[in-house]
Amino acid sequence: MVHGEIWTVKELFVTPNEYIYWSVQIVMYPFMTGLVAGAFVLSSLYHVFGIKELKDIARFALVFSFALLFVAPVPIVLHLQHPLRGINVIMTSHFTSAIAAFGIVFSGYGAIVASELWFLYRKHFVDVALPLKEKKDKTLGEWFTFLVFCTLTLGVYDVSEESLHRDEKAIKVLAGIGIPVACFLHGYAGFIFGSVKANALWMTPLMPVIFIMSAIVSGIALCMLTYIVTMEIRKLMAKRKSAAAPRHETHEELQSAEINVIKMTAKYLLFFLVFAISLELLDLIFRGYTATKSWDVLRSVIYGKDFTSIFILQYGIGNLIPLILFLTPGLTIRRAVIGVMFVLFGVFMMRWNVVIGGQAFSLTFAGYMHYHLPVIPHNIETLKEGLFGALGVFIMPFVLFYFMVKIFPVFGVKESH
Amino acid sequence: MISRRDFLKNTAKAVAGISIPVAALEILSPARVQAIKADSSVRWAFLVDTYKCVGCGFCVKACKLENEIPYDANATRTWVERYVLTKDGKLYADTPKGARDGFISTKVDLGMGNFQDIKKEDIKKAFFVPKLCNQCDNPPCVQVCPVGATYQAPDGVVLVDRTWCIGCGYCIMACPYGVRFFHPKYHTAEKCNFCYHRISKGLKTACVQACPFGARQIGNIKDPNDPVAKTITTERVGILKSEYGTKPQVFYIGLDEEVR
Repeated sequence: MVHGEIWTVKELFVTPNEYIYWSVQIVMYPFMTGLVAGAFVLSSLYHVFGIKELKDIARFALVFSFALLFVAPVPIVLHLQHPLRGINVIMTSHFTSAIAAFGIVFSGYGAIVASELWFLYRKHFVDVALPLKEKKDKTLGEWFTFLVFCTLTLGVYDVSEESLHRDEKAIKVLAGIGIPVACFLHGYAGFIFGSVKANALWMTPLMPVIFIMSAIVSGIALCMLTYIVTMEIRKLMAKRKSAAAPRHETHEELQSAEINVIKMTAKYLLFFLVFAISLELLDLIFRGYTATKSWDVLRSVIYGKDFTSIFILQYGIGNLIPLILFLTPGLTIRRAVIGVMFVLFGVFMMRWNVVIGGQAFSLTFAGYMHYHLPVIPHNIETLKEGLFGALGVFIMPFVLFYFMVKIFPVFGVKESH
Repeated sequence: MISRRDFLKNTAKAVAGISIPVAALEILSPARVQAIKADSSVRWAFLVDTYKCVGCGFCVKACKLENEIPYDANATRTWVERYVLTKDGKLYADTPKGARDGFISTKVDLGMGNFQDIKKEDIKKAFFVPKLCNQCDNPPCVQVCPVGATYQAPDGVVLVDRTWCIGCGYCIMACPYGVRFFHPKYHTAEKCNFCYHRISKGLKTACVQACPFGARQIGNIKDPNDPVAKTITTERVGILKSEYGTKPQVFYIGLDEEVR
């Protein structure tokens, strides 16, 4: 069977080699990269522009962005027909291709996030490593912790006021450089699609900008959601602990997500959301108004075949409802949670409608292709490019985040930059 | 005694030296040097006379066998399309199995198991159009390959290196003609290469040889005495989808505006 045949149904005039080659993992790729970029931009809002209300969520967003970063290339690798050759993109880059820059952009961005994290957590590493260094007869676990944190200090144990001040400066500079790089990382994902001249739906110079805007929206939304949820889980755990052995919960444990933080973050979310919607609508209106050769088939896809997933799921549930939820006065945490979940869904649907929608019509402009997402896997192809593959990719950053928090604590940090 | 500073410096130098890719030190075989320096007196071009095509599908069959594309796989390097325009202004077009078995039914395949029977008296015009890789002068597939696994030979033919293709599918997306697909066995990008193994030995392509009506011809557009070059340069021929700026090198006689 030809790759793609299993989930493609052809209707009317479609040429023999056309299938939906870019399936759900290519939907996941821009979605995950967008979350990386968005989370980073959110953290930078505090570090660069000094928006004090975002202090709590900034540290959290940076660590989360780092966890997401490792997951961003996973969907591409899962989608490759020869995953083991994926490294060739970095080893023998062919620079006329938009994908070839991936290695450089991605590792450059990774280096920035990693160094920013190091400056942010340097004091913490020293604080953990130093007492363990002096302690005699360490247990095996302590040896392990010591080794990890000792390595992480990179041999720098200077935590004087002066050096910490320098760290702060470094963080500010890195966060400043990071914003354009994060935008580039995602804008470039948009360029991969926008530059395909053979695809009538993808080809628009607006694509990178639309991708950046929706990326920031999704990144902020996911950070808000994870922030609220982890705060609630911590509260729940503390309560359970004190129920088992009666004691007073500490103030930190009882702290839930602060509505001020949420309100402030929601403002930025709304700002970028409105920007994203405007650009998307501009693109749609422009296509309809200029009505070039491809418009007939695009119209039949946008207003016909994909109407539900574009206008109801993406614009309706994903954009309009959150707008109403956030704009109604008296925002509560519960309302915010529902809102950001819809926003995340909306951004996912936008990626879906671009990637799958772009392949919903034939190059002949006289035929259609329908995508059927493989749910129950029955071979390796339907496993990695099916529902379970996509879910796996989505869950991965949360698992990574769980382990990363053990090294980069994000809760109950009193003094922070 | 070596100081720590010097040690680190020298280590850095050594690492930098070692990390020069081995590929940069590759020794080229004389054959490859010749291929790189190949004189550009050859530019392969293809000529399709749509008036002569009857839709027998021999070309598709020959291509599949010659180029080892699994016979029953629903993908093919070349195919034939049927266009039927009715008097009420509707266009019906299909290419069942790429016309591997020819057009044995008068019913037009609408996909999803539906067929359209068109009465003879309702037909305004009908014709067949063979399709294959256009070996573009400005190939978008070569431009987008992230690893350089697909490249253009000096004689204009676009080739794929099966040992280097990572299978990302970007070239498939970039081709406006839909000639590319993943080989069902090798899982790498696959396309028509004008039977490169044959033309470089002075033979005709499998499809040209199999065509009983001479609808397909291949030639060197740079040779003024080549019959194909003569036709292309002196007669009125068309190309597919010129709006993409790919400069295709497959020329059609009798191209209809309805051809997609």
